[in-house]
Amino acid sequence: MPGPHPIRSRLVAALAGLWSFPAAADYALNLTAGVTSISREAYRLHMIVLWLCVGIAVVVFGAMLWAVVRHRKARGAIPAQFHDNTRLEIAWTAIPFLVLVALAVPATQALIAMEDTADADLTIKVTGQQWRWRYDYLNEGIGFFSTLDDKSAAAGRKNSGVDPRTVDHYLLAVDNPLVVPVGKKIRFLTTATDVIHSWWVPALGYKKDAIPGFINEIWARIDAPGTYRGQCAELCGVGHAMMPIVVVATSDADYQSWLAGMKATQAAAAAAATRAWSKDELMAKGQQVYNTMCIACHQPGGEGIPGVFKPLKGSAIATGPVAAHMDRVMNGVAGTAMQPFAKQLSDEDIAAVITFERNSWGNVAGDLVQPGQIKAARK
Amino acid sequence: MTELALHHAHEPPAGFTRWLFTTNHKDIGTLYLLFSLLMFIVGGSFAMVIRAELFQPGLQLVDALTFNQMTTMHALVMFFGAVMPAFVGLANWMIPLMIGAPDMALPRLNNWSFWILPFAFALLLSTLFMPGGGPAGGWTMYPPLMLQTGMAFPFVIFAIHLMGISSVMGAINIITTIFNMRAPGMHLRRLPLFVWTWLITAFLLVAAMPVLAGAVTMLLTDKYFGTSFFNAAGGGDPVMFQHVFWFFGHPEVYIMILPAFGIVSHIVPTFARKPLFGYESMIVAVMSIAFLSFIVWAHHMFTVGMPLAGELFFMYSTILIAVPTGVKVFNWVATMWRGALSFETPMLWALTFIVLFSIGGFSGLMLGLTPVDFQYQDTYFVVAHFHYVLVTGAVFAIVGGVYFWLPKWTGHNYDERLGKLHFWLSLISVNVLFFPQHFLGLAGMPRRIPDYAVQFADWNMISSLGGFVFGAAQLLFLYNVVRTIRGGAAATPQVWEGAQGLEWTLSSPPPYHSFTEPPIIP
Amino acid sequence: MEQDESRYFVPAPSHWPLVGSIGLFLLMLGAALLLNDKATAGGYAVGLGFLIFVGMLFGWFGTVIAESRGGRYNDQVDASFRWGMGWFIFSEVMFFAAFFGALFYARHFAVPWLGGGGEKALTHELLWPSFAAAWPLLQLPNPEHFTVAKEAMAAAGLPAINTAILLSSGATVTWAHWSLKANRQRQLVAGLACTVALGALFIVLQAHEYWDAYTLKNLRLSSGIYGSTFYMLTGFHGAHVTIGAIMLAVILVRSILGHFTPQHHFAFEAVSWYWHFVDVVWLGLFVFVYLL
Ligand code: HEA
Ligand code: HEA
Ligand code: HEC
Ligand code: CUA
Ligand SMILES: [Cu+2]
Repeated sequence: MPGPHPIRSRLVAALAGLWSFPAAADYALNLTAGVTSISREAYRLHMIVLWLCVGIAVVVFGAMLWAVVRHRKARGAIPAQFHDNTRLEIAWTAIPFLVLVALAVPATQALIAMEDTADADLTIKVTGQQWRWRYDYLNEGIGFFSTLDDKSAAAGRKNSGVDPRTVDHYLLAVDNPLVVPVGKKIRFLTTATDVIHSWWVPALGYKKDAIPGFINEIWARIDAPGTYRGQCAELCGVGHAMMPIVVVATSDADYQSWLAGMKATQAAAAAAATRAWSKDELMAKGQQVYNTMCIACHQPGGEGIPGVFKPLKGSAIATGPVAAHMDRVMNGVAGTAMQPFAKQLSDEDIAAVITFERNSWGNVAGDLVQPGQIKAARK
Repeated sequence: MTELALHHAHEPPAGFTRWLFTTNHKDIGTLYLLFSLLMFIVGGSFAMVIRAELFQPGLQLVDALTFNQMTTMHALVMFFGAVMPAFVGLANWMIPLMIGAPDMALPRLNNWSFWILPFAFALLLSTLFMPGGGPAGGWTMYPPLMLQTGMAFPFVIFAIHLMGISSVMGAINIITTIFNMRAPGMHLRRLPLFVWTWLITAFLLVAAMPVLAGAVTMLLTDKYFGTSFFNAAGGGDPVMFQHVFWFFGHPEVYIMILPAFGIVSHIVPTFARKPLFGYESMIVAVMSIAFLSFIVWAHHMFTVGMPLAGELFFMYSTILIAVPTGVKVFNWVATMWRGALSFETPMLWALTFIVLFSIGGFSGLMLGLTPVDFQYQDTYFVVAHFHYVLVTGAVFAIVGGVYFWLPKWTGHNYDERLGKLHFWLSLISVNVLFFPQHFLGLAGMPRRIPDYAVQFADWNMISSLGGFVFGAAQLLFLYNVVRTIRGGAAATPQVWEGAQGLEWTLSSPPPYHSFTEPPIIP
Repeated sequence: MEQDESRYFVPAPSHWPLVGSIGLFLLMLGAALLLNDKATAGGYAVGLGFLIFVGMLFGWFGTVIAESRGGRYNDQVDASFRWGMGWFIFSEVMFFAAFFGALFYARHFAVPWLGGGGEKALTHELLWPSFAAAWPLLQLPNPEHFTVAKEAMAAAGLPAINTAILLSSGATVTWAHWSLKANRQRQLVAGLACTVALGALFIVLQAHEYWDAYTLKNLRLSSGIYGSTFYMLTGFHGAHVTIGAIMLAVILVRSILGHFTPQHHFAFEAVSWYWHFVDVVWLGLFVFVYLL
């Protein structure tokens, strides 16, 4: 898309777009036709019902306009006195009904096709949490978090002084995109760990809620390589606008090599868990974990949000005995937004972030937490 | 109760205790209407904060938490503070006049219904000043997010309980009045449409509000008493809340539109100088809508992963509502057909209502198609839909009704030129405000976000500009109303040349007790 | 009176509604404060609100009773009260419907889904593999933060006895009603007294049952969805029985004072309707909470 237009030319484009939706596709006044059979079906239905409504509107508002113009008192109209007409009334009950039946048929077909998740080539579990997504490739044994990229996060802070227009894909870019092969039937299983989220990539043609404690199924077979962006579509708290989705669809070969790389990295990380870490290492790693996992609630300066998210800066937990600190982070606080991170983060991540919290923003607990301690604390 | 009070029951008592202790349907109607106006301004101010923050990408004015509180409070205040009380106010004023009654059936209860409201809103609005702020989980209050609310939580729940009590008592009163206070000869088949629509609305209220009370009670116990209605770990389901909530929520939206249908069904014949077309089919249509409204609720939940059969059922029942609603629209057009139309301010609002409400209805129909709703759901397309039915639907009908009846209430004619100016400004700005939101939604902008990707920037700016003008235009309304209350040319009893019905046989303003003698119905 | 009340009765301005609103407000404010651990302020507000509210009830109903006994109510007013009470009871029915709906949903959808039934097999496989669906649900998907119950409630025993008690109280109140219509004052009082006594007995037995459930069976509100639905439904029902019994007691006193005539006894009927409503709700409870 070219740089910012003056508003007026955009208005003109908008009006023109009304008459030629597909042509204005890049301008995004309308649904995208997308890259899956589902999205194309949704788009087709959308256009049918849209034009149907426009047609009905023209007839009904046309009749009204006619009356407004022709049957006005100022033109000397004498009011007729009729007040019903049974046949007419039956007709305008029956005809819309038949129209709706005609509409329901393709809609039903489309729906049935969408719900058919059988025979998938690969299955990815999509887990929403405040405020990031986690993707687990169930057949491959790999998984990772996908968080808003740092540039958007920084520019999106209140009065950040950064013009969002200068940020690439502002609020629509992540650190680790979801990578999938084209042409394969992918089954997505959505769920969540804390509150309800909703996984939505317009180009795939749907959204599906991610509900804590339950799993929903959807599928897609992407037919063109590319990068498709979407957003969480269910209010999930203060970071709701900041949990985008990026799907990179590649050829099968590229996908396989990406997979291999991913597996290697994760194996290396697992090996690192056993050795002892230096303070600098822990602090650096901790900062990184904090920035992706904790910052949205506990804020950059550890100050939290009064009355909503407890501060870590100067908190009794973050400056007191380390056991309690580990407990909070690993097991969370039931009934609050502070969820258990034990299952979500690796030993070294937890060790690092705790170390970081205990030695930042004026907290001077001074002690280090080693991955081994976390491993021991896990039952 | 003293003898003195009894003797003066005939004339309005002096002083402000008149308003505190009143049992008079007109006084109570006035209280409701003024309260509603106040809440419209409050809820509108929240909307202005929303629009100002969305004026451009990035966070400038408020933080995300405050933004979510604004969204939540905006909706709660507009629904329970502005639109519903406005309709109850109109019912209080007009139903006794229209059916030839001296007052409402249960006048003391009537007073109570009103006087609960200010306390309920005191509880609700006070949360904005608490540590952690007000509720920020959306007006739909879905758990588990809603359960993360801090101190405000019980205040919100109890405020909703109070609003529910108020609405149910108000509705009971209206049903009782309509069934029991009609003048002899005012058969059900002669009942004016505003009365009919309100009768059915009242039924919806009595059936729906207690379910909301149940839903929020379960929220309360889930948060404080360890129940697990909405918690899978204990065998519950967060989606269960949505079912219970929308079983209330969908009838709720018709609660806010049926009386509007009633108002329009009075205004259009008056200015067409021609009887309403299809009186009976109008009533049957409203009844069908009311019935259907109880079996469509899950169209708000197409994306939660219901079984296929459920998705299909709720799709069919939802789109079916277009049929009776269409009957109403066609009947209004047929009423205008070959009439002698004139376009005083109330008529302008009513005509606009028909067109813009239908546009909102069309987008509703689109949303009702499950496979496409998977794309629309939780985007600005939905926001556009419901503002078309609520603002250019419910609110426009209320404003039209106020212009229509203001001379009757006050005995003064309002300033027609100002009324028209208000209308035209509102008409243009409201479309600038909400029409682009269709584009935003289709292009992929989710709702309830304080900040958005830059490709949405232009339309958001336009929408915000429209919003500011629309908000400012309402100042004209405020001014015009206040001016008319304080004075102006005297209004005749009939007020409008084409006006028909009992209410127009009484003087303007009507006597303090409307019909102390039952009128003779021709 | 200037107004012709043989045709219309319009009450004079009254301060009771406002007093009632203030009472309600303080009650709710206090309850909200209590839930926020502001015990002192909350306690005072609740106490004060409660007193004001009860005072309002006495004052308002006192006024109405005086007006009624003063012969100021014509048939139309009587009919208004009847419509009003009828629709009020309907609204109560809908309130219970919300909880019955929750019970229904939990039993037929949520719990089976969690256990792998229906269309959500993966929910079970991936998230709750060791959970087995059952009703009454004692073994929870994840018992960590819950009080696990040992045993479910049985229908036989107290609940069955309570059913018999409520059903016969429905009969005795009808007996009282017939007596009233036939102007048999002593039977009226006897019938009502029996009803109140049965109502009180029900409450006592229910309290006993709760005690049992709470201690022996370890069943709590926090025992998962079974405990939640059980206590919420029976609890709200019990509260309604209590209110109904209090209203019946008031009616009993008024009957002894001879307030009612065979033609004119709306208050009596309203309370008996209410009692029948409470009765019917119990039948629903007995079937869906205990039996099935
Ligand atoms: C006054 C309020 C009001 C009214 C009247 C309506 C009317 C309708 N609504 Fe709307 N709706 C809301 C208020 C209202 N709605 C609100 C507040 C929400 C959002 C809640 C939230 O999430 O916060 C919502 C959301 C909403 C959704 C959920 C969207 C989503 O979240 O994904 C759906 C889906 O089906 C829907 C459908 C409909 C339909 C089919 C109608 C129908 O009644 C419309 C019928 C009217 C017409 C169709 C036009 C006139 C008819 C003709 C001229 C006849 C010929 C027409 C045909 C045959 C097509 N509405
Ligand atoms: C009857 C109901 C009703 C009404 C009347 C309105 C009226 C308006 N609404 Fe809203 N709205 C809802 C019901 C309603 N709304 C609901 C249910 C939601 C969903 C909430 C949720 O997601 O939980 C919502 C959400 C909502 C959003 C989406 C928020 C989000 O998703 O984050 C937006 C954004 O533009 C918006 C805007 C407006 C505007 C600009 C008006 C305007 O029409 C308001 C105009 C009125 C005034 C401005 C007040 C009167 C004028 C003055 C006091 C003069 C002074 C004014 C100035 C100085 C400018 N509303
Ligand atoms: C979605 C919001 C959210 C996220 C994300 C979050 N927290 Fe928390 N955290 C909270 C809340 C809310 C509390 C307060 C809980 C309570 O009421 O005791 C809390 C409390 C804590 C406490 C105890 C503080 C005290 O003084 O009681 C620690 C330590 C903590 N969090 C660490 C972390 C770490 C480490 C991370 C990231 C890995 C993290 N939090 C991510 C919301 C969050
Ligand atoms: Cu996650 Cu919104
Ligand atoms: Cu709906």
